[in-house]
Amino acid sequence: MKCNRLVDVGRRQFLRGGLVATAGAAAATVVGTGQAQAQTALALVDYPANRLANIADLAVNEPMDIGYPDADSPGILIKLGQAVEGGVGPDGDIVAYSVLCPHKGWLLSYNAGDKTLNCPGHHSRFDCESGGQQIWGHATQNLPQFKLRVEDNGDIYADGVDELIFGRLSNVLA
Amino acid sequence: MAFKRQVGRLPIIPADAQEFNVTCHYCIVGCGYKAYTWPMNRQGGTAPEQNKFGVDLSEQQVMDTEAWYAPSMYNVVRQNGRDVQLVVKPDVNCSVNSGLGSIRGARMAENRPSRVTGTQAQRLSDPLVWRNGVWQPTSWEDALDLVARVTARVVTEGSEDDLVVSMFDHGGSAGGYENTWGTGKLYFESMKIKNCRIHNRPAYNSEVHSSRDMGVDELNYAYKDYTLTDTIFMLGANSMETQTNLYLNHMVPGLQGGAKMVVVDPRRTLTIASSEQYAGPENVLHLAIKEGTDLALCNAILTEIVDKGWIDAEFIAASTFPEGVAVAEDEAHPASLGSLEHAMTACRLSLDEAAEICGVPAADIAKAAEWIAKPKDDGSRRKCVTCYEKGIIWGNDNYRTIGAIVNIALATGNIGREGGGVCRLGGHQEGYYRPGDAHVGRPAEYVDQFLIRGLGGVHHIWACDHYKTTLNASEFKRVHKRRSDMVKDAIDAAAGGTREQVVDAIVSAINAGGLFVVDVDIIHSQIGQNAHVILPACEANEMNLTSMNGERRLRLSEKYMDPWGNSKPDALIAAGVAQSMERVLREMGMYAYADQFKGYDWATEEDAFMDGYNKGNPEVTYERLRAMGNNGVQEPVVGFENGQLVGTERLYTDGRFTRHGREDGKALFCAAGWRGWQAPGKAREQAAHRFWINNVRANIFWQNQFLDQKNDFVQDRYPHPFVEMHPDDMVELGLNPGDLLEIINDNGVTQGMAYPMPTLKRNTVAMVFGSPAGSQGNVVNPGVNELVLPDYKHCWGDIRKISNATAQTAGISFKSHEVVL
Repeated sequence: MKCNRLVDVGRRQFLRGGLVATAGAAAATVVGTGQAQAQTALALVDYPANRLANIADLAVNEPMDIGYPDADSPGILIKLGQAVEGGVGPDGDIVAYSVLCPHKGWLLSYNAGDKTLNCPGHHSRFDCESGGQQIWGHATQNLPQFKLRVEDNGDIYADGVDELIFGRLSNVLA
Repeated sequence: MAFKRQVGRLPIIPADAQEFNVTCHYCIVGCGYKAYTWPMNRQGGTAPEQNKFGVDLSEQQVMDTEAWYAPSMYNVVRQNGRDVQLVVKPDVNCSVNSGLGSIRGARMAENRPSRVTGTQAQRLSDPLVWRNGVWQPTSWEDALDLVARVTARVVTEGSEDDLVVSMFDHGGSAGGYENTWGTGKLYFESMKIKNCRIHNRPAYNSEVHSSRDMGVDELNYAYKDYTLTDTIFMLGANSMETQTNLYLNHMVPGLQGGAKMVVVDPRRTLTIASSEQYAGPENVLHLAIKEGTDLALCNAILTEIVDKGWIDAEFIAASTFPEGVAVAEDEAHPASLGSLEHAMTACRLSLDEAAEICGVPAADIAKAAEWIAKPKDDGSRRKCVTCYEKGIIWGNDNYRTIGAIVNIALATGNIGREGGGVCRLGGHQEGYYRPGDAHVGRPAEYVDQFLIRGLGGVHHIWACDHYKTTLNASEFKRVHKRRSDMVKDAIDAAAGGTREQVVDAIVSAINAGGLFVVDVDIIHSQIGQNAHVILPACEANEMNLTSMNGERRLRLSEKYMDPWGNSKPDALIAAGVAQSMERVLREMGMYAYADQFKGYDWATEEDAFMDGYNKGNPEVTYERLRAMGNNGVQEPVVGFENGQLVGTERLYTDGRFTRHGREDGKALFCAAGWRGWQAPGKAREQAAHRFWINNVRANIFWQNQFLDQKNDFVQDRYPHPFVEMHPDDMVELGLNPGDLLEIINDNGVTQGMAYPMPTLKRNTVAMVFGSPAGSQGNVVNPGVNELVLPDYKHCWGDIRKISNATAQTAGISFKSHEVVL
């Protein structure tokens, strides 16, 4: 099989340091005498705010491996070189995506030629320049994108996900 | 910006959730799914004992896991009058798909109607009658009474030939053995309706006459043959897009196990691109022929095989017609049938002649023949499985081309054996069980032309939308609308009158050239805009439904939710029409005719199944099918042993061919001589226009998008029908990606959105078939073959820009579809 991937995601190590989830602990059930009390749970998934990198760490069109919301959820952070909708940073071109294919959870590989993420298993592909839109494939959702913000010192934080990540029924594991 | 569901968490299926067998109701492959339902006030937990999977869901699950489902697989639906939570996910234990979901089937849950989540609110919930200028919801009794009174008047004052019927003949969706029997009994037993047509073609006919006439049923293999074979020979098909999990779960393992692949298609399809990835490009041969020349190619391959002595002489001697002509060419047979020797008198074509006609190198044709038939080095025969679909079925010279394909399989002994078979790939699942249709005749009436000529007075339509899926659609729509508007005007003019006066007004309008239209469907379709009565049907899983897939695998797809509103299974709607006809005819004093409409006292779809399919197949019951689960049983069912239905893995393993009904059991070869463009008008149109307008499918859409037109994920990807073009052609026409364009020829005009596709040949475009926002059928001429099979695939036109990209189209991805690894 011809292989022109820049990043072999199948063999890489995920970043682990500094990526401990900061989600609040689930409220404990308090059982009164003879009557159960309702749990106090939040309506939405409470996403951790994790520092992924500093802008200075990124080179154009060279994806950086990340994990978000935790180390078991691999993704990439990439500076595309051209502003895109939803992109952050001074050039509006920094985005981050899950790289677990939402079809069957295979690891996607990045093709720098056309800035796409491609699945070696069943050939689905996703456009990093269009919000992770599935260009063609079998998944029934577009690629989960990580919501980013950039601090004044150039630190890039992720603090949200817009689709369900493959392999977990809650984006933040509990 | 791509559509996102903003779902970060889904309810977990509790360990004790109810479980149902589901066969995907979309394509013919019929992937197995499981549906789980549980009450609104309950949910599973992450601990293994708290969820259906028995695993720790607080951990990330691995690739290919069974213990995950996407938001599209979840919904809230009604079950026995209560809201319940629903997950429909692929079944790892189904041999068809082994846990793979498709982009179509894995949205089944999301494409269910739900009052809670608001999905598919377009579904019809109540009968509608045209009243005072609007479609007014009403009772079944009222709607069926009007249908029966008008229909009874027209067929008794004229004849049953004045009732025109469009009806699905397929399985899955709203088809299946129950519903084809219900409609079939009504129109072919209680009545003898001759002027009828099928959902996707303008007559009531087979799509594969020649295969059947040759003795070969078109679904004769098992899917596992793709993994057992030496060569996959595919013509006019694109299984990666359209039979996705047949490709991924059966063809790909074959390719990875060393099989070669020959694909005949004018276009470089995704199937070709993916096969090159899986098998290596050196093991995939793409014959990119000129459009419509498949027949010449097949004849040259057959000639090469015969001349090289690669035929299976033993098989031919034992199983095929020995000498001369068995069936002469006539009005009902567009080619004669007989021995191989006889067929060769018409089929013989040299490699060079074919290369000239088809526009591919002679050496490639020779290589295809070698890959298909050349014995291996040790002298053993080569196994080849042959498959074809719409590129052939809706292509040039249907009868002879399919005959030429089957000729190759017969000559090489590749039917009824492991790793063999010559089969259509199929569209919908199959689910045909009806009384005999011999009265329809062959060739059958060209029903669209019958209606266009002003004939027929009542049109009953069952789950067909000819606005999107017929040829010559511009003219058809114009006439159908004009004629049905005459009846609407008459109804409006009779406002305030009694039922009798309204029926009189309708019948007068019909006699003046009008058309009374009854539309049975799950949604308010485009042709439904012309209807006077609309009857709401339900789908698979809102009822129990039996169908078989492309390897004849019969399953019961179980009911897990209530029909939407007051909708009903088609079988029970047909019963309602019959019962109303009986009552009205009796009132009219036509007792003998009324008696013909007895025998519909069905309370459930199972009653219809027992009245029809079970009578012909007494071993098969719902209870037994339920026990066979998602792997079901391959038809024909030949017994019931040890609590299991016994089926048939592949047909013709005894070398006796029977589909033509011949007692000698001998298969016939087809004298399929090449004759250029068969259908009228094609050659002239080709000469007059720049672009060949190929109509194609995309994996994301199911058929004419009847549900997907209201699915945000789908419409976000393609807000307009795509028209793929070579980028250089786009530049010449001043088109940017996402610009809106129209396609023009003498037949009509249609519209779509420009999408660059560098792998396309110049001066050809690939336009998606059946789109609600741009019907490709508008520009297809009325040309059909001798047996009224349409040639949808061959259409030429000119292209004109109508607008710059819209806000919707500008934001989508226009990158190439081929994976880059």
